[in-house]
Amino acid sequence: MDERKTILDVKGLRTSFFTDDGEVPAVDNVDFHIRQGEVLGIVGESGCGKSVTSLSIMGLVPSPPGKIVSGEILFQDKDLTKLSDKEMRQIRGDDIAMIFQEPMTSLNPLFTIGNQLREALKIHKKDWSKSQIQERAVEMMKLVGLPRAEALLNDYPHQLSGGMRQRVMIAMALLCDPKVLIADEPTTALDVTIQAQILKLIKNLNERLDTAVLLITHDLGVVAETCERVVVMYAGKVVEEGPVHTIFNDPQHPYTRGLLESVPDMRFKKERLYSIPGNVPKPGSIKVGCKYAARCEFAFDRCRVEDPALYQTAEDHKTRCFLFDPKEAESHDRTVVES
Amino acid sequence: MTEPLLKVEGLKKYFPVTGGMFGRVKGQVKAVDDISFYVNEGETLGIVGESGCGKSTTGRMLMRLLDPTEGKVTFDGQELTSLSASEMRKARRDIQMVFQDPYASLNPRHSIEKILMEPLNVHNIGDPKERKRKVHEFLEIVGLSSYHAKRYPHQFSGGQRQRIGIARALMTNPKLIIADEPVSALDVSIQAQVLNLMQDLQRDLKLTYIFIAHDLGVVRHISDRVGVMYLGNMAELADTESLYEKPLHPYTQALLSAVPVPDPDFVREEVVIKGDVPSPANPPSGCRFHTRCPFKMDICSQEIPRFAEVEPGHSVACHLYEECRPQ
Repeated sequence: MDERKTILDVKGLRTSFFTDDGEVPAVDNVDFHIRQGEVLGIVGESGCGKSVTSLSIMGLVPSPPGKIVSGEILFQDKDLTKLSDKEMRQIRGDDIAMIFQEPMTSLNPLFTIGNQLREALKIHKKDWSKSQIQERAVEMMKLVGLPRAEALLNDYPHQLSGGMRQRVMIAMALLCDPKVLIADEPTTALDVTIQAQILKLIKNLNERLDTAVLLITHDLGVVAETCERVVVMYAGKVVEEGPVHTIFNDPQHPYTRGLLESVPDMRFKKERLYSIPGNVPKPGSIKVGCKYAARCEFAFDRCRVEDPALYQTAEDHKTRCFLFDPKEAESHDRTVVES
Repeated sequence: MTEPLLKVEGLKKYFPVTGGMFGRVKGQVKAVDDISFYVNEGETLGIVGESGCGKSTTGRMLMRLLDPTEGKVTFDGQELTSLSASEMRKARRDIQMVFQDPYASLNPRHSIEKILMEPLNVHNIGDPKERKRKVHEFLEIVGLSSYHAKRYPHQFSGGQRQRIGIARALMTNPKLIIADEPVSALDVSIQAQVLNLMQDLQRDLKLTYIFIAHDLGVVRHISDRVGVMYLGNMAELADTESLYEKPLHPYTQALLSAVPVPDPDFVREEVVIKGDVPSPANPPSGCRFHTRCPFKMDICSQEIPRFAEVEPGHSVACHLYEECRPQ
């Protein structure tokens, strides 16, 4: 068992959007935790709720129409969902920081890089002197591998390339030594060679600074390469959770298996790709039963009427599928014996 | 040996850079700079490269959606580059394109029937009744239903829209389909469906594909031969197996080693390249990759390497292989 202590604990999180059609749960009863210094991946296709999960942690769910309906997000014994805006602002960017997919839209084009880096420090480190702030900004720019750090601080975002901008974003996120770094699709907008550089940097910083990283991505290759543990989400729910080796070598949930089979592998040629039939359901469209039942080749009657729980199949491996319900296995054994 | 279906020779596209008060031409962006390749009938040629390498510009020039600055494109014995606009329109019946963004490439105000009928109207194929029948037929072929014809693009998911885009390209019974990042906007599970569909269609309708993408896994899966582009040049071109198993160009090696593999136990051979792609407005002298190349020699910054065969069917533009080439 992992000895490291849990730093962020999400319990029964439900975040919904209230539309004309009523409540649409984007994230539905999600549980997971991150340990200190760990890299946890959340993987899933568009609309599975992975981004809304990260926004909920940061308290950035657009409200209205969005709202955290129930659940707890425990960080250092504080429930983030209960904090006031002011208290949340103190944590955001200080203890928990975030980097986004598109570095151009998350940097202000009207201010220099230095201006934007210093702003974060001015807010969170009120007692620091100007020169201390400047020093820290330069130090972080160097840490993320940017050349001629001092000069770059006077540049505007448009003068940098995509990869450099993402490095600036990472530098900015790490300014205040956060305990948790949330990276939402940090390399999706980047080319492969630059993606490799950025992933290496994130991994490197995680090891050196002992910052826990929550990496949100749709790319299974990125997960395999960077994460220690993986949470697979589908239609707002966690469908499987386990260590990266277990998830890739012994996936249990039919969705995880299907997803892994559908990826074309660069190392060899598959004759034909496996493809999961049907489409990702619209959030809120499936009211009863397992959300994956309609696309699942193993679905049986119970799947269509009852919502499966997250069954513990090994010490650190959980699956939301009736195939792994111990009761189901018992009754299955019985029928085998009887027949 | 039979003539290839498509032959490209010395294709170039320079975009002027204007500036100053009177919009004078200040320089040129060499988006595509002297590339040559061919595509045989019935095969899939994959073209990969990072953003700005000129792969999409190449695709557009083949259809003459962009006019080449220089070079020759021969399709099915006909020189496309010398055709007039109206002749080219006729030729496009045999060359169709599938675009990346299924949201942007379908007119939101037109029903699917109208969208799919458009190519038939343009090329004057069949009478109205026959056209309608064909629309329904092709909707079924791409895995949708004929009742979808009355619907509008917003009523479909991304994967379904891409199927409609493919159906539209097929309406005129083309010989060649140029697919520009057809699956990059799709989720993994949907991407697999569309790739399988494209392979089935190729087999059943004897199509030839030029498949432009940045995802090396997808390209390996679908292509018979693959060309790697870098900053407007073709760096390497070979059949898929030898390109992925034995990449010659340092850029190809770096590109392949940078792809994340969905297997946590995989140990890679790392070829690290530093820095970013230089601007195509001011490309490096000599070999365009020399600024990032781990094997750079003196000659690389001075002389442009020849793009030529080193082994049968395996061409590369790199000074490292100069001595193994037949002179």
